[in-house]
Amino acid sequence: MKKVYLDHNATTPLDPRVFEAMKPYFTDVYGNPSSPHHYGRLAKQALEESRAVVAEAIGAKPEEIIFTSGGTESDNLALRGIAYHKERGHIITASIEHHAVLKTCKDLENDGFSVTYLSVDREGRVDPDEVRRSIRKNTILVSIMYANNETGVIEPIAEIGRIAREWGIPFHSDAVQALGKIEVNVEKLGVDLLSLSAHKIYGPKGIGALFVKDGVRLSPLTTGGSHELGMRAGTENIPAIVGFAKALKIADGEIATYHTKVLRLRDKLESDLLNNLSQVTIHSAKAERLPHTSCIGFASVEAESILLHLDLKGIAASSGSACTTGEPEPSHVLLAMNVPIELAQGSIRISLGKENTKEEIDYTISVLEQTITQLRTISSQWAVEGNKRYNLT
Amino acid sequence: MSDDWKALYKKPQELDVQHTGPLLLYNELVIDHFTNPRNVGEMENPHGEAVIGDPSCGDEMKVCIKVEENRIVDIKFKSYGCPGAIATSSMMTEMAKGKTIEEAQKITDDDVVIALGGVPERKKHCSLMGVSGLLEAINDYLNRKKAVIDTCYEKGISRS
Repeated sequence: MKKVYLDHNATTPLDPRVFEAMKPYFTDVYGNPSSPHHYGRLAKQALEESRAVVAEAIGAKPEEIIFTSGGTESDNLALRGIAYHKERGHIITASIEHHAVLKTCKDLENDGFSVTYLSVDREGRVDPDEVRRSIRKNTILVSIMYANNETGVIEPIAEIGRIAREWGIPFHSDAVQALGKIEVNVEKLGVDLLSLSAHKIYGPKGIGALFVKDGVRLSPLTTGGSHELGMRAGTENIPAIVGFAKALKIADGEIATYHTKVLRLRDKLESDLLNNLSQVTIHSAKAERLPHTSCIGFASVEAESILLHLDLKGIAASSGSACTTGEPEPSHVLLAMNVPIELAQGSIRISLGKENTKEEIDYTISVLEQTITQLRTISSQWAVEGNKRYNLT
Repeated sequence: MSDDWKALYKKPQELDVQHTGPLLLYNELVIDHFTNPRNVGEMENPHGEAVIGDPSCGDEMKVCIKVEENRIVDIKFKSYGCPGAIATSSMMTEMAKGKTIEEAQKITDDDVVIALGGVPERKKHCSLMGVSGLLEAINDYLNRKKAVIDTCYEKGISRS
């Protein structure tokens, strides 16, 4: 059976060049970077070279990079790190954030912090003026994601960064989905904290980083040795860190060709579906979006049924974020954008990658068209439209 | 019955790769009823019909039945819902077709789930929608019949 992977916002395959770069650090260079002997020194050298690569890629200094286990940990370290250091105060974030931020904020509310969850417009954009209006005397942190994982919407981070700086409030951004797809530069963005992850850019899973600008104080969440400038105790995952640096280097070098390629595929996908099917909605189409993400709503059908049909035909896509799958609730991002609940329930996310081909997209379009047509033939909503409906439960 | 879904557990080495992923846990028969649902559609002048919604997940189904000599001779459904809703509704129509009204009224959601060889635990509520839809359509049929009889009865009285 043909297999097509269209879920790159969930995770990406490991680039073979990354795998090659990692291999020696599983076998030959196995020392602990904290050890003073030459085994340790070799590992330490790899660690610091990787840190320099990651720092350079985002316009930071090496000592501003803390390696973590991934995006979720980076978000936790940023939010909790600031909050626990300040001990009390107010946090501003957005209702469309990843659960790693939202659930951490909910948890901080239980700890006595107050949190403002900013709403977004119909396209999923945060209004920088809303950020400004929400600032209070005791605001200790602003956290707004760079690009949304479900819709691909790019938020006005530089503008929000200017506002946060004006008020002297630390500004965190989750850039997990943006990294490797659009330019990520901490100076231009004006961020104090930035979450990164390797496995969304053809790197290994279980590794990420948090950029912490010089002078920004955090409380560490793990205590132990003095690894990662005392911010994250625990022996560093050297093979993964080396892989992360390699993946980032490759992504940086190929960003222009990547952009052109996935954008062309997405344009084809979206325009064909819009032309060949009725009542199709491309969410956030009017907003600036990442080039590879498409969130598409189909009236009168349910996402899980679409996804099962796709899965049976070898096509992997998702509805909302992977974490949402399995829960009956539709995407919190689409609901925050005031997408009607029925349309949110019929929305899927297709996230393209550099290895996808035009043939794969053509195949996906034809399978999607058949699937939607078949499900609408079965659908009581498609038939009942305009007729009298009565609810008996 | 409540433990039956555990029979669906497969050891990693037994997993059919085609059915892994977040959408796994549906067996072949459920997939078959999902991809080729039986008795889909509507009918002209049904003897009983119902549109029923599941407020817990937003799913919806419509059922029409045709009854001759107290037996369900034809049944059609349409469903807006997840694979579980479509497959259980499809199986329900197969089970109800040919049964007498009294027999059909005895079909339970558990019967549908058993007939399908089990559905994931979180999908069990879907089978309730199919069965409730059938019962409401039967009630609709019985009410219509009663209305007809009442009318005849009233007319009969006025004639005498």
